[in-house]
Amino acid sequence: MTTAQFVGQSLRRKEDARLTSGQGRYIADIRLPNMAHVAFARSPFAHARIRKIDVAKAQALPGVVAVYFAQDLAGDLEPLRGILTTPPLAWRSHVQHAINIPEQPLLARDTVRYVGEAYALVIAENRYVAEDAVELIEPDFEPLAVLAEPSQALAPDAVLIHPDLKTNVVGAFRLSKGVDHADLPSSLRRIRRRFENHRFLASPIECRGVVAEYDGRNNSISIWSATQVVHWVRAEVAKQLKLPEAQVRCIAPDVGGGFGVKGRVYSEEIILPFLARKLRRPMSWIEDRQEHLLNSTHARDDVHEAEIVFDDDGKIVSLKDDLVFDAGAYAPSGIACLANVSTHICGPYRVPNFAFSATAVATNKAPNAPYRGTGRPEGSFVIERLLDLMAHELAVDPVDIRLRNMIGPQEMPFRPGLPYRDGVPIVYDSGDYPRSLRLAINALGGLSEFRSRQQQAWRAGRYLGLGIVSYVEGTGVGPFEGATIRIDSSGGIVVATGACSSGQGHETVFAQVAADEWKVEPSDVTVLISDTAVIANGFGTLASRSAVVSSSAIRKASAVLRQKVLEVGAHLLECDVGDVELRDGGVAVKGIPHVVSLKEIALAAHPGSKRRPPGVSGGLEVTEYFEPPTVTWAYGTHAAVVEVVADTGEIRIEKYVVAHDAGVLLNPMIASGQIMGGVCQGIGGCLLEKVVYDAEGQNLTGSFMDYLIPVAAQMPPIEIIHTETPSPLNELGVKGLGEGGVVGPPGVIANGVCDALRHLGLEVNRSFIDQAKIIAAFAQADAKERAR
Amino acid sequence: MNDRRDIKVVVNGRHIFESVEPRLLLSDFLRQTLGLTGTHVGCEHGVCGACTILFDGHATRSCLMFAVQAHGHAIETIEGLAESGAIHELQQAFMKHHALQCGFCTPGMLVVAYDLLKFSPMLSSHAIREGMSAALCRCTGYWNILKAVEEVANLPERRAAADERPPEIGARPI
Repeated sequence: MTTAQFVGQSLRRKEDARLTSGQGRYIADIRLPNMAHVAFARSPFAHARIRKIDVAKAQALPGVVAVYFAQDLAGDLEPLRGILTTPPLAWRSHVQHAINIPEQPLLARDTVRYVGEAYALVIAENRYVAEDAVELIEPDFEPLAVLAEPSQALAPDAVLIHPDLKTNVVGAFRLSKGVDHADLPSSLRRIRRRFENHRFLASPIECRGVVAEYDGRNNSISIWSATQVVHWVRAEVAKQLKLPEAQVRCIAPDVGGGFGVKGRVYSEEIILPFLARKLRRPMSWIEDRQEHLLNSTHARDDVHEAEIVFDDDGKIVSLKDDLVFDAGAYAPSGIACLANVSTHICGPYRVPNFAFSATAVATNKAPNAPYRGTGRPEGSFVIERLLDLMAHELAVDPVDIRLRNMIGPQEMPFRPGLPYRDGVPIVYDSGDYPRSLRLAINALGGLSEFRSRQQQAWRAGRYLGLGIVSYVEGTGVGPFEGATIRIDSSGGIVVATGACSSGQGHETVFAQVAADEWKVEPSDVTVLISDTAVIANGFGTLASRSAVVSSSAIRKASAVLRQKVLEVGAHLLECDVGDVELRDGGVAVKGIPHVVSLKEIALAAHPGSKRRPPGVSGGLEVTEYFEPPTVTWAYGTHAAVVEVVADTGEIRIEKYVVAHDAGVLLNPMIASGQIMGGVCQGIGGCLLEKVVYDAEGQNLTGSFMDYLIPVAAQMPPIEIIHTETPSPLNELGVKGLGEGGVVGPPGVIANGVCDALRHLGLEVNRSFIDQAKIIAAFAQADAKERAR
Repeated sequence: MNDRRDIKVVVNGRHIFESVEPRLLLSDFLRQTLGLTGTHVGCEHGVCGACTILFDGHATRSCLMFAVQAHGHAIETIEGLAESGAIHELQQAFMKHHALQCGFCTPGMLVVAYDLLKFSPMLSSHAIREGMSAALCRCTGYWNILKAVEEVANLPERRAAADERPPEIGARPI
């Protein structure tokens, strides 16, 4: 019933005035009276028994309030058991699985299992003293055998990282459809390869941090955390501190980037409120960069043994993938990444037969958990490399091989015959996948034009390649998000939702959605987010979901409240409710200029007012929850022209194009920003960023001198083309898009490099591109040439 | 650790007299002693640039200096630059071009950009790209930041001013 006036506009952001003037308030900016500071002692060993910890010297340091180790928490606090580690029943009943997630102690007690794991903490008057005292703690470690790789952990005689589990396999499942690979005709073609996605991490510019305050007046706790999931933090803290949820409040202030790494509950979020209550003092812990790189969750890090079966026409007959995932010492998000690989690896292609197995293996590394993309880039890398290998074998163009296998718009909605992570059978809801591929190629100047340019370049000793990835992306996952809509006595519209912005511009886009619902200006709307006090139930911002689920909840709650507003308005206008409409910030009789403002209506509807129509309750406030049936499928194509420099192995991206469809865009400027930022992280992930562990499980990338984040000068030109195919699954037609940007780069760059170096027969099957290998391939070719 | 030094610093035009521990980082002095939390700390080892301030007019990583080193010097932070209007055009351009998402790197980016434009008024796109590589952003993919800075570099009044004085190139007193 609404016509969009603000949805779809690239409005400037409400957030920006404070953030461009130093007025943002981030976790490290929060200072409370009498606040104490916490620093953690973290393990220097990848795997060791703790014989004894001597804290006498640390405790004696002036300014130290207390030193705690695991025994001091035992009896009061439980280990972390992630609430997302159990997949929903609908999934479990479809998929053969064995899930064995270890408990994660808040502080390591008898054993440390990775470098960076906390085993003690110091509370002091300031951060400097707290860190001094950490240096004075004297632990006595007995080093144990280190499992630095899944292959070691899977060996029959391997030590057990979690002896109570009796295995190092923390999760495994398999699913399949159609005919088994072994039963397919031997006349078909087969390509089998090993693919590796290396370990890297989100590393937002703001690290994590927690501040907690206990209020003895009403036995309540307030937690400020740089988190994407305030309601989840509240639930875990309430459970651990044995408090009703109403006595726990969690607020995420301005959050300096999340990308998934802040999308779960960490031990510090339990420990700090516990200490604040126990010591009756506000507590602060601000993670430093080394802690972040060692201890916050890492991502990707899997190995695939994959085989594709196809016919002479280049049509896929079957895909088989056996995946081993390096879970690190704990698996705080269970098998979430693996389930996402299983649901995204087939991409926008027809794959009639499919067999997939996944094994998550514990090793002595930092825990591995979702980071922007979560399984999507990993799966995409496998199928997209295989498609290029097929094209190469059949001597057809990679564009052509994709078009032969792509699901067409006339096949929508398409059912691949597999369950999504929520257990619901996957339905690709809408879209024109081949069109996105064509748009991307055209934006690079067209295929035949590129091929002739490539030939010319080759003759001149320059190596250009075309890299392509087409993908689909399940977004807007449930189970729910809510919205409270209130019209206050000033006539202002208040929107509260469970989303937690970490840069997505929620205060702006949700105001756009609400402004359309209420026929007001976005400046008339106040958006409240990132605070458990503003709405009873929430899920949080991760997995490309808030634009879909929060917006839909705002729309749903607005529809209910609108009916009441129209009734009160009609009463004031002394006419029938059927004769009035929302217009110009109030209610008016259709066709008559006079408008009763929302302020007048709010005052008339106010509890205690005598101006309400009979039978209408006081107040203008409604809470509704949107529970999506399942995910909605965004999609797109990334394509780039890549140049490989022969002498140096350097990879230059001449131009990178993204043709992306996320349904109806709420704010195209913000949507483009999300995609651009994702592409940048994806490119950084392939060319610069790699977490390196040595054989002893030492993390060698503990600073930004070793772990390299891309800078402005390293970004190639990026062009974004939006198409907007509405989703039929929600009234706004929105799909999510926070993660699409990172899906393409691994496959695009690897395919581009391989295309450029076809003459050398070089295959890039690892997501981190090793320039030394490229140089070696050139050198080998030179040597051959000379020998001839 | 009770050894303290008295320092005199001009911060955003205000004369500050404080007694500080010699090891107190300048970034912590600004943020915690003075409450100027617009200067952010992202890595504390001089790479990310979120803590960039103007030190005697030059862009400087405040996490790589001690507060005592600021004795007798003048500092401007994002708060001072915003209040004086010095970065007004940059702020507007950042908003217009969506040059920030989470905003955590933004104060540092604005100070880097201000410094870049102040010392080298005639900047090519390439020079802006190189200059802005002094700070890390994890959200935007940088192009919108570059667009914003370039727009300010090309404002007619800046161009006119640039014509009148030669670009300052040379060693910076850091």
